[in-house]
Amino acid sequence: MNWIKFVEYAQKHTDLLVKCLLEHIQLVGTALFISLLIAIPVSLILLRLKKISQVVMALLGALYSIPSLAFFSLLLPFLGLGKKNAIFVLVVYSQFILVRNILAGFHQLDKNIIEAGIGMGMTKFTIFTGVQLPLVLPVLIGGIRIAAIVTIGSATIAQTVNAGGLGKVLFDGLSSMNYIKMIWGTVYTAGLALVVNWALSRLEIYSLKRAEGRLGNAG
Amino acid sequence: MKDKNIPAIEFNHVYKCFPGMKTDAVNDITMDIYDGEFITILGSSGCGKTTLLKMVNRLYDYTGGDIRFYGKSIKEINEVDHRRNIGYVVQAGGLFPHKTVRDNIATVPKLLKWDKKRIETRVDELLDTIGLDAEDYRNRYPRSLSGGQQQRVGIARALAADPNVLLMDEPFGAIDAITRTALQAEVQRLQEKTKKTILFVTHDIQEAFKLGSRVIIMHEGKLQQYDTPDKIMLHPANEFVSKLVSADDPIVRMKVISLGAIMEKVHGDIDAQGIFKSETSPVEETLPIFLKDRSKVIYVENAAGEIAGMVSWNQIANIV
Amino acid sequence: MFSDLIQYYLENTSKYWSYVATHITISLVVTVFAILIGIPLGIVCAKLPKLSGIITGTVNALRIIPSLALMVLMVPLIGIGRFPATIVLIIITLPPILINTITGFLSVKDSIRETAIGMGMSAKQVFLEVEFPLALPLIAAGIRTAVVEVVATTAIASYIGAGGLGVLVSSGIGYGRVFITLLGGGSIAVISIAADLLLEGVQNILTKRMGLVE
Repeated sequence: MNWIKFVEYAQKHTDLLVKCLLEHIQLVGTALFISLLIAIPVSLILLRLKKISQVVMALLGALYSIPSLAFFSLLLPFLGLGKKNAIFVLVVYSQFILVRNILAGFHQLDKNIIEAGIGMGMTKFTIFTGVQLPLVLPVLIGGIRIAAIVTIGSATIAQTVNAGGLGKVLFDGLSSMNYIKMIWGTVYTAGLALVVNWALSRLEIYSLKRAEGRLGNAG
Repeated sequence: MKDKNIPAIEFNHVYKCFPGMKTDAVNDITMDIYDGEFITILGSSGCGKTTLLKMVNRLYDYTGGDIRFYGKSIKEINEVDHRRNIGYVVQAGGLFPHKTVRDNIATVPKLLKWDKKRIETRVDELLDTIGLDAEDYRNRYPRSLSGGQQQRVGIARALAADPNVLLMDEPFGAIDAITRTALQAEVQRLQEKTKKTILFVTHDIQEAFKLGSRVIIMHEGKLQQYDTPDKIMLHPANEFVSKLVSADDPIVRMKVISLGAIMEKVHGDIDAQGIFKSETSPVEETLPIFLKDRSKVIYVENAAGEIAGMVSWNQIANIV
Repeated sequence: MFSDLIQYYLENTSKYWSYVATHITISLVVTVFAILIGIPLGIVCAKLPKLSGIITGTVNALRIIPSLALMVLMVPLIGIGRFPATIVLIIITLPPILINTITGFLSVKDSIRETAIGMGMSAKQVFLEVEFPLALPLIAAGIRTAVVEVVATTAIASYIGAGGLGVLVSSGIGYGRVFITLLGGGSIAVISIAADLLLEGVQNILTKRMGLVE
């Protein structure tokens, strides 16, 4: 293997790589979007139901611990091959991470701050939007970051049920023992994971600074 | 070991400079501590008081001068053996969270390879001394004890191998005021009973004066004054000491200065009748009496119950 | 479909159990090596703050990269087969044990360490009686995470020639016989959950015995 072949491959097959990358982003994006749509209301309800929330977390934890390859294959009889199966599993995994983080975010809130808000005559709604939400946001973004990393990884394995995306490049490379394809697949996959992690980390830090009042002025 | 003329701990021009620091953490300290003394080391944070203490059990090694332990330079003693001979109490007890109360107390006896039976007996004996029911507490973990109880166990652990010297590093710093008062009384009682030599670091002025038979005052690594509470209050060595202990404040003076320090000494047997106070009582205890009647005379007794002197309003007025 | 599955199992009983045995053996071997490398390396790192910063940073970055990508990347370097797969699996399994060992030792408070020294414990005694027991619950948690990861990643490693239950999953899909995939996937899930529960029990006993929870 040499560098020339490596570059040649990219010149010839960038279309394919980018197509798979976009497909991967679409897969992950759809899964995360659906996950958030479910996780946020579910968490807000669970916040008020302590006992049920313990049961739900234990259940989500058990589902989360099922290896992805096993999970995809167990759903074959119900969802068959393809993206539907993949997205279902990816959403289930993300639920555990997102719900756990959102609950933790609300639990770690300083009760004094909320009491102070009530004491000053803020309504429940203004406390939620003005106090709780900004303080919980960093933890929520942290949850989204972890969920995104896990989903990007699991989505590569979803190719075993023909979900497409970068997993296709990796597995095709493997089955044809095409080293160059394998390496390009790795570069794209690792690159995507690292870039997403970096971007969401920045967002997490920014929101944390804002929540802690460290934006703008020094210190 | 217990020759009364040889100091238990002897500091001889001791210096400590931490690597990378421009100034000495401890600067030319010379002083003697005798067997059975209760010495408190007082100063604000960063004054070198904890460094001074930790050099005694060689957690820090001094960079100049020498420290002698019962006449022997501590650099000539194996440091691990040396430490096992000294009780060490730290803030909040410093208990090992993964060991039961029994195992915590048994730490040094185990290191010294005592046999099991002896250790068990010793643990129960010490739990009794510190007022915790052995049956109930022996197998508990530190987590389930209150702060005060943890500190008691910490003290029991330091006493386990019956060391002559006890080092206490701000032991009551993290404990609430009420529990602290009880623990101070307990340490005092323990010291009177066992006659251990105690070095006790604190930043609490009242604690230092209440517990110490002599008080070491440190500032910026230097020894400011080393004397009894009475003498420090009556004759502060310098401006810093005077300010630190509020030596000008009559209320503070009355709280600290003892009757023994200001009384008019009397000799021979007198058949006194009237009001008696101990020579260790603070001056403030006479206040209710004198406020009612300034012409009263108060007799001062020494530890043996003999009359050692007397105090009248004039002496009080002098120091206030 | 269920009757197909049973029939397949009855016809291939010994083959099925050899897949199970391979899967468990690889997982165990990988875990043992990851422990043997991860714990000592973690201890060394914890003692050398500069090194621990670099290693923790690198390892955490590695963890972000999907394990399939890492696995595929290693193929051009060391090829495919059971041995290369085992090596790759050890690399992928190392991080949780390594990081938790470092965190475990760093979480032992300096004041506790100093108290132990101050009471006259030798360096070895401080390590064995204070530092290691206090770090152990976190190390155990790391091992638990690692084991669950190993079982899952070993399944994927069947694609680089590791063998094991992943073979059933892929061949079932390849031949369009879903029941074979189900048998493989179901078995992997059962092993993973069983291992997790077992280690959770060990971890709880350990933490309780240390008096770290009530």
